[in-house]
Amino acid sequence: MKAQTGWLLALVVVLVAVSLVMGSHHEGAEFVGTDGQAMEMAAALNPDYQPWFDFIWEPPAEIASGLFALQAALGAGVLGYYLGFKRGQRQGRQKHPNAGD
Amino acid sequence: MHITEGFLPPLHAALWTAVSLPFVAVSAYRVNRLMREQPEIKLLLAASGAFAFVISALKLPSVTGSCSHATGTGLGAILFGPSVMALLGTIVLAFQALLLAHGGITTLGANVFSMAIVGPWVAYAVLRSAQSLQAPLALSVFLAAMLGGWATYLMTAGQLALAFPDPTSGIAGSFLKFAGVFAPTQLPLAVIEGLLTVVIVNFLREYSSDELQNLNFLPKTLVSEARP
Repeated sequence: MKAQTGWLLALVVVLVAVSLVMGSHHEGAEFVGTDGQAMEMAAALNPDYQPWFDFIWEPPAEIASGLFALQAALGAGVLGYYLGFKRGQRQGRQKHPNAGD
Repeated sequence: MHITEGFLPPLHAALWTAVSLPFVAVSAYRVNRLMREQPEIKLLLAASGAFAFVISALKLPSVTGSCSHATGTGLGAILFGPSVMALLGTIVLAFQALLLAHGGITTLGANVFSMAIVGPWVAYAVLRSAQSLQAPLALSVFLAAMLGGWATYLMTAGQLALAFPDPTSGIAGSFLKFAGVFAPTQLPLAVIEGLLTVVIVNFLREYSSDELQNLNFLPKTLVSEARP
């Protein structure tokens, strides 16, 4: 189980690294979001279309990256708390098998 | 994979919102009941939502020099059944629409439908099918999360194609164009999401068998091999 986890995580890192390296060599690579590319495609298909509603609030680029980091941190924090809690619970049971819970 | 604010005509936006609303309402009811009847499961539910939060915040590079992120809703769909994820996915999407200018309020219904409804249902159906074919557990979980991700991106391409048909090749031609834009990022991203979902499920089977046993939606194969 633990060995499998190690291999899986290594594979994830390799996939991301390969994408980054190959993507960097791609012509005109700027790592723009695909959402933006899709909306450009929509605008190209129907040049008359005007977005009829705009963002209520749009964070400046630097702040947006911070908010994305906040989102990831909140998620990782809760997930990490859970994983650590379950591991600790298991260890506690092994050390004090008769404690009862 | 988000449709940006204002980029669906009002009629489309209203229709997708109308389609998604009942799913989210049922989901809210289910989550509420789950927390009341099985309070011990709350932490695992929070962890599943947290997984979706992390995964959908991480923009990863693609081989063609663009970037996007996966959704992470497959895990929750596998553990709690697909209907529970509609609410959790909506929370993630609302957070991104209001604070990150990512997605949008007018397109929330459409984005909820592809990411928080279609993705989780496909993931769940794939897990069930793979298990009934007696595929190894890790492979079943991997396929479920990965195909759920692919289904989400194809749904988004379909929604955009319906709103922006190609002048010559129509909706079908437009669908292929939009699918082509998303494919280079979403195909490998879904593979990554699949691998990470297997890692988490492996951990849960090792350490959370007590909680897994209380989940009615979970295929019994996921629990029976776990240690007591």
